[in-house]
Amino acid sequence: LAGEVAPDNVPENYLFVFILSILNRQKQGSSAEAMTSGALGAENYEQMKALVGQLRERAQRIRLGGGEKARERHKSRGKLLPRERVDGLIDPGSVHTESPFLELSQFAGYQLYDDEVVPAGGIITGIGRVSGVECMIVANDATVKGVDSGGAHLRRQADVFPDRDHFGRIFYNQAIMSSKNITQIAVVMGSCTAGGAYVPAMADENIIVRKQGTIFLAGPPLVKAATGEEVSAEDLGGADLHCRKSGVTDYYALDDNHALHLTRKIVRNLNYQKKLDVTIEPSEDPLFPADELYGIVGANLKRNFDVREVIARLVDGSRFSEFKALYGDTLVTGFARIFGYPVGIIGNNGVLFSESAKKASTGTHFVQLCCQRKIPLLFLQNITGFMVGRDYEAEGIAKDGAKMVAAVACANVPKMTVIIGGSYGAGNYGMCGRAYSPRFLYLWPNARISVMGGEQAANVLATIAKDQRAQEGKQFSSAEEAALKEPIIARFEEEGNPYYSSARLWDDGIVDPVDTRLVLGLSISAALNAPIQKTDFGVLRIALASSHRPTPSHDRL
Amino acid sequence: RTMKYATATGRNITKVLIANRGEIACRVMRTAKKMGVQSVAVYSEADRNSMHVDMADEAYSIGPAPSQQSYLSMEKIIQVAKISAAQVSHEEIYNAKGISSAIHPGYGFLSENMEFAELCKQEGIIFIGPLSSAIRDMGIKSTAKSIMAAAGVPVVEGYHGEDQSDQCLKEHAGRIGYPVMIKAIRGGGGKGMRIIRSEKEFQEQLESARREAKKSFNDDAMLIEKFVDTPRHVEVQVFGDHHGNAVYLFERDCSVQRRHQKIIEEAPGPGIKPEVRKKLGEAAVRAAKAVNYVGAGTVEFIMDSKHDFYFMEMNTRLQVEHPTTEMITGTDLVEWQLRIAAGEKIPLSQEEITLQGHAFEARIYAEDPNNDFMPGAGPLVHLSTPRADLSTRIETGVRQGDEVSVHYDPMIAKLVVWAADRQAALTKLRYSLRQYNIVGLHTNIDFLLRLTGHPEFEAGNVHTDFIPQHRKELLSSRKAAAKEVLCQAALGLILKEKTVSDDFKIQTQDQYSPFASSSGRRLNICYTRNVTLRDGKNNVAIAVTYNHDGSYSMQIGDKTFQVLGDLYSEEDCTYLKCSVNGVASKPKLIILENTIYLFSMEESIQIDIPVPKYLSSVSSAGTEGGTIAPMAGTIEKVFVKAGDKVHAGDSLMVMIAMKMEHIIRAPKDGTIKRVFYKEGSQANRHAPLVEFEEEESDKKEAE
Repeated sequence: LAGEVAPDNVPENYLFVFILSILNRQKQGSSAEAMTSGALGAENYEQMKALVGQLRERAQRIRLGGGEKARERHKSRGKLLPRERVDGLIDPGSVHTESPFLELSQFAGYQLYDDEVVPAGGIITGIGRVSGVECMIVANDATVKGVDSGGAHLRRQADVFPDRDHFGRIFYNQAIMSSKNITQIAVVMGSCTAGGAYVPAMADENIIVRKQGTIFLAGPPLVKAATGEEVSAEDLGGADLHCRKSGVTDYYALDDNHALHLTRKIVRNLNYQKKLDVTIEPSEDPLFPADELYGIVGANLKRNFDVREVIARLVDGSRFSEFKALYGDTLVTGFARIFGYPVGIIGNNGVLFSESAKKASTGTHFVQLCCQRKIPLLFLQNITGFMVGRDYEAEGIAKDGAKMVAAVACANVPKMTVIIGGSYGAGNYGMCGRAYSPRFLYLWPNARISVMGGEQAANVLATIAKDQRAQEGKQFSSAEEAALKEPIIARFEEEGNPYYSSARLWDDGIVDPVDTRLVLGLSISAALNAPIQKTDFGVLRIALASSHRPTPSHDRL
Repeated sequence: RTMKYATATGRNITKVLIANRGEIACRVMRTAKKMGVQSVAVYSEADRNSMHVDMADEAYSIGPAPSQQSYLSMEKIIQVAKISAAQVSHEEIYNAKGISSAIHPGYGFLSENMEFAELCKQEGIIFIGPLSSAIRDMGIKSTAKSIMAAAGVPVVEGYHGEDQSDQCLKEHAGRIGYPVMIKAIRGGGGKGMRIIRSEKEFQEQLESARREAKKSFNDDAMLIEKFVDTPRHVEVQVFGDHHGNAVYLFERDCSVQRRHQKIIEEAPGPGIKPEVRKKLGEAAVRAAKAVNYVGAGTVEFIMDSKHDFYFMEMNTRLQVEHPTTEMITGTDLVEWQLRIAAGEKIPLSQEEITLQGHAFEARIYAEDPNNDFMPGAGPLVHLSTPRADLSTRIETGVRQGDEVSVHYDPMIAKLVVWAADRQAALTKLRYSLRQYNIVGLHTNIDFLLRLTGHPEFEAGNVHTDFIPQHRKELLSSRKAAAKEVLCQAALGLILKEKTVSDDFKIQTQDQYSPFASSSGRRLNICYTRNVTLRDGKNNVAIAVTYNHDGSYSMQIGDKTFQVLGDLYSEEDCTYLKCSVNGVASKPKLIILENTIYLFSMEESIQIDIPVPKYLSSVSSAGTEGGTIAPMAGTIEKVFVKAGDKVHAGDSLMVMIAMKMEHIIRAPKDGTIKRVFYKEGSQANRHAPLVEFEEEESDKKEAE
């Protein structure tokens, strides 16, 4: 087994860490203890633990939803809180129990609107099993904005109404999803006004809670303003009206719990069967405790670590069949299983450096293998970018990089990306960044994502400024340089932060490294509900790996 | 001790028909098997799949469920005896000098029926019991008493005369001195019996006793006896044979009774000195000899606080509580019965019969002690018992999944334990009772535990008024379950759901998906499940947080408990191995429908899982309204129809169950929406009987 995890040519520092892991296992103690055996590990561990602590604390506040008052008001009406609704829907007992819930976009809108707090963007979204079927669940949180599903926030209408992916897209998507045989079920537990009325109206089946849910294109105030007609919300669009007269709704629920019960019954009656396009094997825990990842990775992005150490803590039995292990060393590729599902892993070991062309072609080759075999792809991003410099340009890095980017873009197997460190520049593309439509993209709390590192950016800008000054025949003092660089570094730090990204839906969530295996297992499981499509690659420029490429040491000689 | 089976009389029993059912039928068969005697069962339709039928070598159906048409049908039983007697092998016919088939009547049913004993004799079938003359003499209490008085057996002062005039009876009552007891001469089981404390109430009580006797026995002749206050019920096991021998096997104390029926028996009687024991035994033997008694019999005495005793009656059959005697004498009384019936002499002489240690028998009944011991019926959904061994006997005729039928006696089992002395036996009894766990119907097990744990019982201060006297302590009302126990119940529920989920998972193709796990995992937050359990009449909210390490934090009110554990199975039972705030325990766990049962050495707990209102529209009428059948039974009368307006407390129906009438009353004012049963139909326990129209007030509540 060790042979599989550790290829023969492992670098020395890798072996060192690996032995640490073994020591740790023998001691049977907590990994924290083990990692303290090295001062660096201990420091890493504490840093990452602090970041994870912060993550949990922030998530805990988001979990509560709207303020205490709003929640109390909501509960006093006999309603369940939105998260209680989600929990009550997800297999809560009997045959299917306490299934996990893969919440997505937990930090949507986080610190996005200055003083306005919108926990989880006012919408709880995620994937959970309902009556044994994996469902995407979207729950509006009325305690957050005081509006139930669909109603647009009038003051921000320009941000939500006109553009392609704004509100209108919800109903467009509903129609398209329906045409693709994706069932939609709507549960009306509050008011669905205007556009919001289309959500239940476009669903396959819907449920309404008596004296709680309403559906109308215009609410009583608008009706009064438009025609002078005075009517109560219940008479205008309540459960009795829609179940007995209009036929807009299909099921009549006595309360929230009843509605959830009916929803579960509807799902049971879908006659849906998940058909896997992949082979499965019994799931096995990794051999190493997951929280050792804290000590291995830490929070300092300048500190290097071997991605194999990460892989060993993510995959079944810590078994990793490395592909082209001897051919270059900054990109690690290979096959493994997560919760019994096959997965092809592509991980960075720092910059695409000395043998980047070799590795880029390896990456391309590997993506093609996975597509051919219909194996989901997992990208573990920790990349400072492609190596720059004359030698590398001469070697054709642009060509090799482009080839990998093209392969990743075209790959039709489920792709998942976890940014476990830095994600800078073109490296982000080749490693399936957001623009490459991975099914899921997650960040670790230590991750940073930007076009380049803050310091590099500051240096670039400082260099340009210096050159300008030089042209003007002026001096550029070190104090001036520092003054220029500082805000740039700070800005990159802020904008590269995972919370900044998550708030803007540039990813699907921030994940505790310890939970990564579970989150990936859930993600693959969810992705496998759709058949894996065939991949057609476009034009991939032929690789001609130069065997006599001058190495930096040659140069020196 | 070994004697030849074929005897001087030349009768050889190769087959025995047991004209009974339940545990006693099984008990007899066990000995028959041991002796190599074939056993023949008879069964009613209701018992088609019962244990005694399975145990028998042959079994014959003898009619419908009501015992009048089956187990009490002499003709049918004799007919079966003849048919089965013909089914003997050729070797048996060739070898045997005189093959006989025999009938063992067990207890109850035909066991003390003189006509039946006589009929057997006429048909050449051995009746395993005394001669019909002895049954007759002992069956009529007045006759029995005079025979006993003549034989020098002490009898209680009384009047057993022919003159049944009110005046005469009253005079005799005055002569004997109040308090007196009047009893139907043909009575039994407490029916037609009254205690009269003063002359003032004599007339009224007499008439009432007569009415009851007339109804029950079609004979209202009464006898009067001195009433002994707080007496003990002490009985002596005797045996007689066809050769004029009779022996006693010491006494049993059966004082502790409810509804005039025994509930716990022990042998020997506590606190009885050897001299008294000897006197008791010798009196009993005199009694047996006075009627030329053959086979197993029991002479019942009433014993006062000075240990003076008086003859009460003689039971001419094997008693329910005979195993206690077997345990202290090391005998098999059924074997004795069979051998004596075959003509053998009593296997042991009086000197050879020795008393060793102490035995208890606890009768486990389907009944509700908190509802005046109302008998119950229903399925034994779960049944687990202590392990039987040399000193622990479980005498039963039912298995898990069987039904305690409304048609017959609601006794489920007898738990018999033996130890070197009374205290040790009592300790063992209590330990074993803890392991006797039944789910599906009310039982008296908890009551037996409180009874056997009562200091007065422990001290041996038993008498027939024990239960009424200590009613308060014995029937202590239900206490709220400890929070720790509620945590156990919640954990049990969660873990049980998990196993069901795991079982289901295996059936699916996608079985390793983490979505199929029961971890309740959430991203970056912990999942808290709101569990509501019902403890008696109170709903208890428990917030269960699923910790990542597999443990749970459970919050009840302002207290939080750290809970972890798992389930393990042993011999068909599931145990909950758990730790609540570091205190480990492993109660037996059973979850059936909406109830969680936890059985431990400390207590047995029953916690309900409330059914959501939207799932219980019919049954909620029952829980709120009580218009559900209290037990399985027949609807005798229906007083209401749909549309009737009724007031709370109005009679809606009369139900007959366990030979008793139950009036079903309206739980609230309202209008009847539906009546679910017609007169004469059969209703199961907890079946809704009547549905009310939904009232405005209910609607409001629902909102």
